[in-house]
Formats: sequence, C-alpha cells, structure tokens
Amino acid sequence: MRKNLTGKTILIIAILLVFIGGITGIPNGFSPAALKQSITDRIHLGLDLSGGTHLILQVMVAEAVGSTTDSDLQRIITDLQTAGATGATATKPQPKTEPQIITITGVPLDKDDAVRSALEDQFSAQYAIQSGANNSYTLTMKPSVVRDIETRALDQSRETIYERINRLGVSEPVVEIYGPGTNEILVELPGIEDPGRVRDVIQSTARLEIHEVLGGPYPDQPGALQANGGTLPPNSELLKSDTGSDTGGQYYLLNRIPIVSGTEFRDAQPSVDVNGRPDVSFTLTTAGGDNFYKYTSANIGKSMAIVLDNTVREVATINGAIRDQGVIEGGGISKEEAQNLSLMLRTGALPASIHFLEERTIGPSLGADSIRHGVEAAVGGLLAVLIFMLIYYHSAGINADLALILNLVILLGFMGYVGATLTLPGIAGVILTIGMGVDSNVLIFERIREETRAGKSPAAAVDQGFAHAFQTIIDTHVTTIVSAAILFLFGTGPVKGFAVTLTFGLLANLFTAVFVSRVIFEAHLNRRQRGEPISIG
Amino acid sequence: MEFFGEVNIDWLGKKWYFLGFSLIFSVAGLISLLFWHHLPLGVDFKGGTLIYLKFEQAPNYARLQSAADRAGLHDVNIVRFGHPEDHEVIFSLPQRETKETSLDAPREAIVRTLQQNYMHNGAANDGKLDLDNATKGSLTDFLTKTDPLHLANPAVEEIQYPQIADTILNYRDKVKDGLIGSFSELNGKVEPGVVSALQQGAYLSGFTVRNTEIVGPQVGAQLRQKAIFATLYSLAGMLVYLWFRFELIYGVAAVVAVFHDTLITVGAFSLTNREMTLTVVAAILTLIGYSMNDTIVVFDRVRENLKLMRRVALSDLVNKSINQTLSRTVLTSGLTFLTVLSLFLFGGEVLKGFSFALVIGILIGTYSSIAVAAPMLVAYQDWRSKRGKVATLPAGKKAKA
Repeated sequence: MRKNLTGKTILIIAILLVFIGGITGIPNGFSPAALKQSITDRIHLGLDLSGGTHLILQVMVAEAVGSTTDSDLQRIITDLQTAGATGATATKPQPKTEPQIITITGVPLDKDDAVRSALEDQFSAQYAIQSGANNSYTLTMKPSVVRDIETRALDQSRETIYERINRLGVSEPVVEIYGPGTNEILVELPGIEDPGRVRDVIQSTARLEIHEVLGGPYPDQPGALQANGGTLPPNSELLKSDTGSDTGGQYYLLNRIPIVSGTEFRDAQPSVDVNGRPDVSFTLTTAGGDNFYKYTSANIGKSMAIVLDNTVREVATINGAIRDQGVIEGGGISKEEAQNLSLMLRTGALPASIHFLEERTIGPSLGADSIRHGVEAAVGGLLAVLIFMLIYYHSAGINADLALILNLVILLGFMGYVGATLTLPGIAGVILTIGMGVDSNVLIFERIREETRAGKSPAAAVDQGFAHAFQTIIDTHVTTIVSAAILFLFGTGPVKGFAVTLTFGLLANLFTAVFVSRVIFEAHLNRRQRGEPISIG
Repeated sequence: MEFFGEVNIDWLGKKWYFLGFSLIFSVAGLISLLFWHHLPLGVDFKGGTLIYLKFEQAPNYARLQSAADRAGLHDVNIVRFGHPEDHEVIFSLPQRETKETSLDAPREAIVRTLQQNYMHNGAANDGKLDLDNATKGSLTDFLTKTDPLHLANPAVEEIQYPQIADTILNYRDKVKDGLIGSFSELNGKVEPGVVSALQQGAYLSGFTVRNTEIVGPQVGAQLRQKAIFATLYSLAGMLVYLWFRFELIYGVAAVVAVFHDTLITVGAFSLTNREMTLTVVAAILTLIGYSMNDTIVVFDRVRENLKLMRRVALSDLVNKSINQTLSRTVLTSGLTFLTVLSLFLFGGEVLKGFSFALVIGILIGTYSSIAVAAPMLVAYQDWRSKRGKVATLPAGKKAKA
C-alpha cells in the first residue's frame, strides 16, 4: 500500500532549512568565509571557550542594615534633644555584630512618657520597642524589615556593579544574583583577562562620607585612648588617615554618624588642582546640600573629615557655609585613579562592601584550544558512528545516518535561535547525543530484524518495529532528560551548557529517529515491490 | 551483518560470578576511598588556587620552586600537566593561602616573580611590556605611547592601534597557542614599524598564564553540598518515574544497579588517583541516566514477555528477555562507548576527568543491567514465593503491550 508521503517530506525539508537558518542566521554570502563568519556570529560561546573572567561576589548586607539604623539613631538623638531629655543617651551597643539594635538609657523620669510616645509614633512600624530597667529602652528592628533592607541592598549592589562594568566597555557582561538566599552575585566578563582592574572597580565601595572631627590627630590608638580618658565617647569611631597624604598614618576621632553620606553625592568628576595634579570634584544632591549648608553654617571653625572607605582622606576646617560643591584632594593619585574614583562615586555608592568568593580566569589561548579539541572529538565520534551504521545495517544505515545528521542540525539550529551558550561540556553533550541518539535507531532496527525473522512482511515488520520500540525510546529519553534537568538546576555555567545540549539533542532525536526515519523507510518501501525484503543488514 | 543471531545464554545462572566480580571492584574501590587514596577533590570542592602556566621551553622545576619561595608562597605544589611537549605546569596552592579578602594575591605574586626571577634577562626587562602576558588594553597603551606608525592623531590612533593589537593577540593566542617565539614572527602580519617598536620596547618572558581557578572556602563547601543533593534527587526522580511506569520493585532494582555503578566509578577515580571536579559529577549524573536507560530496555522486554509467555518460569523468561535485547544493548553501548572514547582521546586535558568517568560508567552501566538489576528482580520474586505470596511478578500498572 503506497502511503502519501509528500506532505511529510515537505515538512521535513522545511524543518531542515529552518534549523540550518538557526545555525547560520542570514548569511551575507555563500562563500565558506562568509558562512563561517555568520556561524561564529550566531553561536554564543561560553566563558570556557571564549576566554574571560568569572567572579562570584558576596554582598555584606548586614552593613546596609547598619547604615539605616545609623540614620535612625541620629534622628533619635535629635529628638531627645528637642524633647529636652537631658542626660539621655542613645547608642548602638554592638554596632558591628548586631547592627539592628539601638538602646536608649538615662531618660529622666519626667520626660519618660513624652519620649516613649515619640518613639512609638515614629519607630513602632519598623522596630520592636522594649522598655527596660532604669528608664531605658531597647529598639530592635523587626526581622521582616531587616530582610527587606538586605534584599534591597543586594539588588542595588547588582545594579551598581552592572553600571560600573558597563562603563568599562565590556561586551556582553553577565551580572546576576546567584543562588537562592546566599547574597551572592555572579559576574562573567568574556574577553577580559585582567581581572585586577575589574576587581578594583567592583570592590571598592567608594563609600564617601563627611564626618565631624571630635579629636585628633593622634599618633596611634593607645595615644588616642589616653587623650580621651581611657575610653572613647559613645557614637564615635577612631579612623586612620590615608598614609599617602602629607599627614598620613595618624588617627582621628570622628563622630560615627556622618554629616553627609554616600547616597547624597550626585556627581563626581576628575579634575586638576592649581598645581595641575589630579583630584576629584563632587556635587551633592539638593537635600544633601541643604543638610550640609545647615551643618557648616552652624559649625564654622570646627574640623570635618572626608572619609573614603573608612580611611580619612583629608581633614578640613570649616571656613564658611558650603552648600553642594566640593573637592577631594588627590593626594598624589594618578589620572587613571582619579577617573576610577569619580566613576565609582558617580555610579552610586555600593550600599555594602563586597567579598570575593571565587575567581576563574580563562586565557584566550586555552579557549581556542578547547574549541579545537572539542570539535575534533565530535567529528571523530560522528564519523565512527556513521561508518559503523553503514557497515552493520547496510541501506538502513543510510537512513540512520541521515536521521542523525538532521538531529545535529536541529540541535545546533535550536541553540542558535534560543541564544543558548555553547560550553566545552556542551560540546561533550553534543557528542553524547550522537551516541545516545543513534540508540533509538538501533532499537528500531533490531526490532525490525526480529519481526522479519519471525516471518512478518517488510511493511508489517517496519510497522511493528516502530510501534514496539517507541515506548522504550520514550522511557529512555525521559530518564536521561530528568538527569539533565537536575544537572541544569544544580550545576554551574559550563555544566548547565552540558545539560542544555543533551536535553535539546534528545528532544530533537525523538523527532528524527521516530518520524523522519519512518518517512524514509516508507519512501523506501514505496519504491519496492510488495514483499520484497528491505536491506537492513 | 549481525553480531548476535539467536542467542541463548543463561545469564541468571551466572549470577554468582557476576556478584563476585561486582564485589571485587566495589570493595577495592571502597577500600581505596576509605584508606588509600581517599577521594582527591578538585579545587571546586576543596577551595584553593590553581594557576595553569605554559612555558616556551621545558620548565625547570627546581627553579620554579625557588621562584615560588621567593614570592613568599611556601606551600605550592608544582606538577606537570598534559603532554610533555606542551610544557605546561600547574601551580596549586591550598585553601589556607587563599584568603577571601585578597583572592588574587598568590597569582599576582607568582606572575611577577616569574617575570623577574625565572626567565632570561628578567631583571633587565623590568618595566618593559611582556608581550607573552600582555592584554589588549596594555598592548594598545604601549602602541599608542610609542606611536610606531607616526600617526600623531589621537582619533586615528584610537582606531588603528586596537586593531593592530587584535591582530597580534589573535596570532599569539589562536595560532601560536599563547606564546610567541620571537618578534620576527610578526613580520608580514603587521607593519615593520610596529615590529621594531616591539623589539625595542617590549620583551618575551617565555611563559603565559593559561587559566586560573581561585575558589574561596565558602564556595567549596556549597558546591559539595549541591553535588550530593543533585545525585540524591536524580536517584529519587528515577525511582518515582519507574514506579509510575512499572512497579516499585523494578524501580528499586534499577536504583540499586545505578548505585552500584556510581560506587564503582567513584572507586575507579580513587584507585587511579584522579580528581573529583564539578564536571566529573556531571558525568556521573549522566551515567546514572544512561545506566537507567539500559536497565529500562531490559525491563520493558521483561514486561512484554510476562504478558505473552504466561507459563514460563520467571528466570527463563528474564534470560530470554536479556537475550532478545542483547544485540541492541551491545550495539548501543558500543556506539556510545566509541563516541566517548573519541572524547577521551581527542577531547583535550580539560575534559579528561569527565570522559574517564563516562568511559567507565558506560561499561559498568551496561554490565549492571544484566548482572545486577535482572537478578535482583528474580531474587525478589523468589523471596516473595518463598513467603507464600502470589508467584507472579507484577507486570506493571498500564495494560499496554
């Protein structure tokens, strides 16, 4: 019985063309060089094949919590003053290990009610307020609020890092949040072999703040303690000044709560001072400028310190009110360093500092080597399989070979369309697809042989062969795809590439081994006389 | 052409031989894991620094060791990597020397020390550009500063010199595998002015960093956990799928077979002292899938035969099923083995661990379907009949042929 195969054949040829298009895109010409060019344009290479840098960073989100409680603490201090609660002090007992706790002590009895209602008005939404002995209060930030701040810090860090990397001019950078719940960010930069510069740009929080100077300069920490009666006043910190500048290496006692914080910087540009040496000029936001103006007009004659990443960069005396324009002295930095610094200030301060957990750099020569090896192995494996099928199954072997080649075309074309990344294990996945894909054909052919031996006619044998084998093919493919899915979920970049190519390859194989092979067989049967045996080795 | 016509081998009769064979390899692997080599962990899992270096000429290990000492790194392990003609070396530092606050420090130290102390004329070339280790940025900067083409026009320089840098670096990396022998090799590829500028202002240190992997301790622990979970979930997934398609006992037998395969493969890594890395774990998960495949083919046939041959004793039926599928099993394994062998031989050093796991895994996976899963099925059956229960193996929930 002749079957009408025209429709099916057209479908197969159409699919073939569509997926070839996926591999090459729309080429500019048909010469080998133009085709090669369009293929390399389409296929997106993973880091292990193109060379580049891979980093995993962790954002210290607890610091962002600390910044928020710092500004809340400032408000409390101001409120206590306006309420006239003399003798009351507010501080964070453990600023580093428990940044979410603020304590208030020594509230005078007559002001107790006023203070309590003020606290509850302003802070009960975010803090749990507990009163303690001797008119003290403990405010603990609610866990949901803490989580909120941490998530926002993570997101903001990701955006800021992305901005900074973009301005370095990296093509196709990857900056994404990595792994659930670990506050990690993945950065992948193809083609960058100098991770040092990238790390410098990413890592510095460029946290610029202006603090009130309470005391100093002291030559060292014990000296500072001595000068202050053996202890440091509440809400203060002792910071070292930058050893690069003239008065370097000394300690200053600063008010821990800044006058102007990092988020209030609107712009920063590299410039030169009167001697032609590089420095950085900055502009504050309107709100920041207002605060700064208020502070500087009320504190003429006092000193303030410009602090960059917890190091005192310079100390200046307030000679007059300053609104929103200022300059950070370079202190001998190079032009490139000034540019880096302004870039970091401009693209926003990172809300928390960054630790590096992992770094891999693949040199471009290794990448090219890997491509070569991978392709050699793939071609070697493919040839071995193609030739074997011909020898063992004779004409039916041609059937299997055609199906296999179509399988690979669909696989690569699909990856081209979806924009999937090809990694070295991904190439191994293609090689495995060759081996496991041909398994489907083997299953079918062996069954056909069996049915023929049992005495069925060629057409019936082909029918039965496909019918019986189909169940098994589905089972085997599903179990492998389940493996691959788990690999995709748990694996890192290159391993994900392997899972992707294996899965697509097996899905394509379902189509080619079952549908396409069947069509080829039937076309073959159509040409023969009824009952004439087919060549299946 | 046919390897196996009508075959009639009594597989189940040989089950004690199979058991012995499996036991020998499993126990050998276990002993090695526990007492001998243990399981060497790659840098992915234990953390640390790996720096892959390629040298122009055969490296002198003693001098490399003293160069590392001078850089302040005393715990460095220097081993040869790959084929001897490639002159490649791995410097590996344990996790202790890899601090999260300065992950990069060991690598920087090593590169600087090698540039100064190891290579010829090291000290004399201080300050010059090292073309073997130059990046596109540093090479373009060099060309712009020396301006060998006398362009004197920054806008034009910005276009021309990066392109020339690209040409030189492509030649170095893609054609010469990362190291240029001498500047004269560039004659004909770039203008003569560029070549002489390089000859005067740059040098060739004779080594290049091919790859670095720096893994902090936190990541190592995370990845170990992920790998174990992935394997467990995979096995659980398979069990559920087989339970759904067949019956529970089929699933259990298949999982036991796969477990056996994994144990022997990991044992093989321990016996041959090969490292366990993330890609190797990927290979192991793949071979779990593959071994399942194989077992399913046999089970499918068993299920079919149970419906067709109701009066045949179970062990005979299982034997027949194996014999019927033997042709396909050997062929598929053979073909997949061929492709994986191609990967092992030609696929390069990076995938060696991966392809080794697959080579072993495919052989053992095929073996286990016949030697472990099938006998277990029959053994369960015998156990059930001894306890007086109904003596037919359930053929599966779906009444399909």
